[in-house]
Amino acid sequence: MTRIITCDEITRAVADLCREANYYLGEDVREALAGALAREVSPQGKDVLHQLLENAAIAAAEQVPICQDTGAAVVFLELGQEVQVQGGFLYDAINAGVHQGYTEGYLRKSLVYPPLDGRNTGDNTPAIIHTKIVPGNKLTITVAPKGGGSENMSAVAMLTPAAGVRGVKEFVLDTVKKAGPNPCPPIIVGVGIGGNFEKCALLAKEALLRPLGQPHPLAEVASLERELLAAINNLGIGPQGFGGRVTALAVHVEIFARHIASLPVAVNIQCHAARHKSVTL
Amino acid sequence: MEGNPSCRQGAPVTEEKRIRTPLVDAVVADLRAGDRVLVSGVIYAARDSAHKRLIELLDRGEELPVDLRGQVIYYVGPAPAAPGRVIGSAGPTTSGRMDPYTPRLIAATGLKGMIGKGYRSAEVKKALVDHKAVYFAAVGGAGALIARCIKRAEVIAYPDLGPEALRLLEVEDLPVTVINDCYGGDLYTEALARYRV
Repeated sequence: MTRIITCDEITRAVADLCREANYYLGEDVREALAGALAREVSPQGKDVLHQLLENAAIAAAEQVPICQDTGAAVVFLELGQEVQVQGGFLYDAINAGVHQGYTEGYLRKSLVYPPLDGRNTGDNTPAIIHTKIVPGNKLTITVAPKGGGSENMSAVAMLTPAAGVRGVKEFVLDTVKKAGPNPCPPIIVGVGIGGNFEKCALLAKEALLRPLGQPHPLAEVASLERELLAAINNLGIGPQGFGGRVTALAVHVEIFARHIASLPVAVNIQCHAARHKSVTL
Repeated sequence: MEGNPSCRQGAPVTEEKRIRTPLVDAVVADLRAGDRVLVSGVIYAARDSAHKRLIELLDRGEELPVDLRGQVIYYVGPAPAAPGRVIGSAGPTTSGRMDPYTPRLIAATGLKGMIGKGYRSAEVKKALVDHKAVYFAAVGGAGALIARCIKRAEVIAYPDLGPEALRLLEVEDLPVTVINDCYGGDLYTEALARYRV
C-alpha cells in the first residue's frame, strides 16, 4: 500500500543522523578497538588504541565529533517503491538535512566547489547520494560521513580475468601497504570485486556499512576476507603506523557479476572513525 | 570564554618527554624517532590553502603574517567550536599534502617542527636533517581528545579559508610521537622492520 513520507520528516532524520554519526562511534567499532588493544603487542600501538577509546568516550559524553574531519556526507537510500515523497524533491530534502545537521551540530564543512580551486560551499552540501529502489513502503536512510584522509588512500584497478584471486589479493595488499600510516589505522578495508568500473567502487563503499567483522554469507568470500585480514596485519604497520600487529580491524568483501573481459577491484579504506548511522521511516 | 575541560591522557605505556615551544636546536637534538612527547606552548594551525598562501608571500618577497622562527606548525582544520568551547575537534590531517611547501618553509623561516600524521617526502626528511627540525605525529582521528589540550585558539590570518585559516593555538601537554628526527631516524620505517611478519 502506498505510504506518504514528507520532505520535512526526511530532512529532520538526515540532520539527526549527521550529528549522531559524528558524535557516537558504533558499538561494534568500539568493541573491535577494545579487542585490538587486548591483542596488540607494540607498546606504541597500545598507546594509540588507548587514546582512540578515550577519544570515542569523550566525543560521546561531550557531543563533539569523534574526528575534526566530519567528512563528505555520503547518504544511502533504500526507497520502497510504494513510498510517495511529498512536500518537495527528495534530494533537496536530504541536502536540507545535511545543511541543518552540519550547521547546528558544529560539524566541519569540508566541501569546496568548483573542485579546482573552489570555495567552501558553507554547509557541507551537496551530499553524495546513492539510491536503491526496494520493495515495500519504507524509506531507510544511512548517513556515512567519510573523511578525506582515508578516502584519498582508496583505489580502483581494472584487472583482467587472468589475474584471478592472486591479482586481487596483491592489489588489496599493495593499496594498504602504500597507504601505510596516512589513513589513520587501524583501518577497515572495504573491497568490491566484479561489476564494472563504477560498480566495484560502490560495492567497496557498501562493504564498509556491514556490521564490523560480520563475515560475508558466502563461505569462499568469507575465507578471502579472513586471509586478507591476516595478510594485512602481518605487514607490521600497526595503529597509526607506529608499528604493531593491528593494522586493520576487518576486511569486508562484496561481489557482483563481471563481464567476461573484466575483473574490476576496488579498495575503499575506512579509518578507525568508522561512522554510519541509519534510520527507517 | 570558558576553557575546554582539562586534557587527559590514555594511560601511557611508553615514557614521555615534555617540551615547550618555541624550540631551540638543543631540544630538537634530544628528540629521537619513536619518542612520545607532550608539547606545551604556542603552535600554529595551518594546512593546504594557508601553506599555499605563505609560499606565495615568500615568492613575492613579502613578510609572512607570523614569524615562524623556532615555531611548530600543526596540520589541522578544526571543527567549529560549540558555544562555551575554545575549539571543536582538532586532530591532525595528512601531512604528505604539505610536502611540496615544507622544505622551502623550513629553509626560509627557521620553522623547527611540524605535527601531522602520515608519511613525509624524502625532500622534507632531508630538510629536517639539514636545518635541525623535527616531524611529529599526533593520533589521527583523536580530535575530541586533542581538543582538550587546546587552551586558546585565535584566527590570525586568512579567515576566509574557514577551517583552513591560519590559527594560533595554545596547547598544554599535547601528546605526539616523533616520526622523523634530525638524524634521519624514521619511526614508520623502523616500525615496519620490527613488526612485519
